[in-house]
Amino acid sequence: MLEVKGVTKSYGKLIAVTGVSFRADRGETIGLLGPNGAGKTTTVSIIAGLLSPDSGEVLIESKQVKSDTDPVKLKIGLVPQDMALYDQLSARDNLTFFAALYSISGAKAKQAINEALDLVALSDRAGDKVITFSGGMKRRLNLAAALLHDPQILLLDEPTVGVDPQSRNAIFDNLEVLKKRGKTLIYTTHYMEEAERLCDRIVIIDHGRVVANDTLQGLHKLLPVTNIIAIELDRTDGFKPEQMLALPEVTSAELKQNTLHVGVRDLSRGAPGILSWLSENGHSYQHVSSEQPNLETVFLTLTGRSLRDSK
Amino acid sequence: MIPFMALVRKDLRLFFNDRRAVIVAIVVPIVLASFFGYLFGGQKGSTEMAKVPVLMIDQDGSDISRGLITQLAGDKNLDVKPSSLDDARDAVRKGKATAAIVIPKDFGKDAGNALFTGGKTGASKPELGVLYDPSHNVELGMVKGILSGAVMQSVTQEMFSGRSGREMVNQSLAEVQNNSQIPAEDRKALRDLLGGVKELNERQDQQRGSAAASGQTELSGGLSMPYVTREEAITSGVDVQYNGYAHSIAGMGVQFILFMGLDVGIALLLLRQSGLWQRLRAAPLSRATLLGSRTVSAALIAGFILLVLFGFARVVFGVRILGSFAGFVGVCAAFSLMTAAFGLMVAALGKTPEATRGYSIMATLIMVMLGGAWVPTFIFPKWLQKLTLVVPTRWAIDGLDGMTWRGLGFSSAVAPIAVLLLFTLLFAVVAVMRFRWRTDG
Repeated sequence: MLEVKGVTKSYGKLIAVTGVSFRADRGETIGLLGPNGAGKTTTVSIIAGLLSPDSGEVLIESKQVKSDTDPVKLKIGLVPQDMALYDQLSARDNLTFFAALYSISGAKAKQAINEALDLVALSDRAGDKVITFSGGMKRRLNLAAALLHDPQILLLDEPTVGVDPQSRNAIFDNLEVLKKRGKTLIYTTHYMEEAERLCDRIVIIDHGRVVANDTLQGLHKLLPVTNIIAIELDRTDGFKPEQMLALPEVTSAELKQNTLHVGVRDLSRGAPGILSWLSENGHSYQHVSSEQPNLETVFLTLTGRSLRDSK
Repeated sequence: MIPFMALVRKDLRLFFNDRRAVIVAIVVPIVLASFFGYLFGGQKGSTEMAKVPVLMIDQDGSDISRGLITQLAGDKNLDVKPSSLDDARDAVRKGKATAAIVIPKDFGKDAGNALFTGGKTGASKPELGVLYDPSHNVELGMVKGILSGAVMQSVTQEMFSGRSGREMVNQSLAEVQNNSQIPAEDRKALRDLLGGVKELNERQDQQRGSAAASGQTELSGGLSMPYVTREEAITSGVDVQYNGYAHSIAGMGVQFILFMGLDVGIALLLLRQSGLWQRLRAAPLSRATLLGSRTVSAALIAGFILLVLFGFARVVFGVRILGSFAGFVGVCAAFSLMTAAFGLMVAALGKTPEATRGYSIMATLIMVMLGGAWVPTFIFPKWLQKLTLVVPTRWAIDGLDGMTWRGLGFSSAVAPIAVLLLFTLLFAVVAVMRFRWRTDG
């Protein structure tokens, strides 16, 4: 359906993306996960035909976008990161205009607009000017505008930026409906929870390079740990977490404030030894919990940096 | 065609939805054009022009100086008031008077003497002091012209028929006869002239005596202007009078439509930075569709503004298209297209909206100024008048003037239309060549 092959793009001396490759099949949702400035938007812009790659190619059903008016573009729907709506026009007028850009008019346009408005639950506000909409409603309308020509591939560039949790859930619901309809979704985000919830495969991008490309389960397998034990210590004076690396099953140990995070290969075999070691060495503790590593951990493991606020 | 029409329709809707933009584009030029039209003659030339304030300082107190003040006070263009020298200086400095004329002591006597001898008797010509406000050079020229005529008339009147004139003639005759510095031939000629004047005065005295005996009024004397003027404003027809609003509507219309074109360019630059541009570029639309639709919508808006402005001027100020209607429509259409292409060029050459706004406003104001939108181009120096032929606004305003109050035929609209279309082509080519389609610059 969609193949991105070795795409590279530079702006002067700044390399935005280099050698980016991945593919997305029909009905598949691919998450492009990475911090701000990682190259996600550049990748999406190249797929949508807004930018030309310096090298590499993008194939949509084995065809390249060769010109501005190439019919291949009909297979793509773009939801830009910035709101792409006319505030002074009503929701319906906006959609009528965007439908006309794809030469859809008359009854066909009306039907497409009604379906899109129904999907994003804005039918009752169709006649209102967009300027009166909340941020979440605008985001939903922004999504609806990309659906009018019934594209097979939907490029969603951080479609939930700046919306409240309720609106975010509503957008997720919309996307899950589209996924069930067999649409291919390319979803860029720097929120790991969104990628975990929506995506079949996750492409992790950092500094313009793909550092991982796998399913969520596959990515977890890249981790040297299966569990993290969090232990709240009474006192941390003189405590050296690296001493714990000598224990069997322990792969990492990190002290954050008064909480000790210990990575273990096997929870049932590792936990008793860790707790015994703490008691034997006079480190009393109040609270013990375990958690599964998430994409944040994956990103941290792969890049050595946190997913959010990475520079 | 559906996308193209949708793009045009969307631009028009956005323009008319923005009431502030519509008001700025229509109401403001109407207000300014009404003001300038009133200043430059108004409707049918009925506007009463302000008189030039002139102060008179009479240090002579002679019959001639009094006659001069009376002559000037009678001129319809001047508002003459007596003053002292100090007060006059103060008034001119403060801008309350355009000029002050100082008639020095013995002016009457010296002027009469100089009239006949031209200063050849050794006495210098008397000086009339003119204090003036340097910011009113044009009015100063007018005041000096009126003063010159008034001095000639009052001096000669006194010399040929007044009491002091007779004394002056007698005195001058004696001086000429005794002055060896004057060549003999000149002395004879002056003696004949003054003798003739003396004889004329004596004859007029006799006539005045008999006229007084028969109850007739006193005869006037002296030189007078040897001509009168018959003024005729050359407009589209014999009975059609100049309407100052026609030019001001054209000028202000051109100015504000260019500003609208500028806004189109800036809006396009802003659009390029927004998600909307990504959405438009993601659609299967050609560049010709994207830029062409923008051109058409901007041209339609410009044409609409011109239509409303001239419609208003027709109803309120009686401005009529006295020339070719087709020519008028042609000039409007060509200028509207040029404005749209100008807007696209602004978008193509500009890098950021903020930076572009500054230099393009300056360029627009210069074009408008050189085009004669503020003041007619005939006020410009000759070299500047020639230079303005390469400014499109000059052709637009000349074309609109020609088709409205000048009442010219279609043939006179051909050159403005052709030049405006050439500028359209030039701007469009630059715009297409330099337009940055990619948001990455």
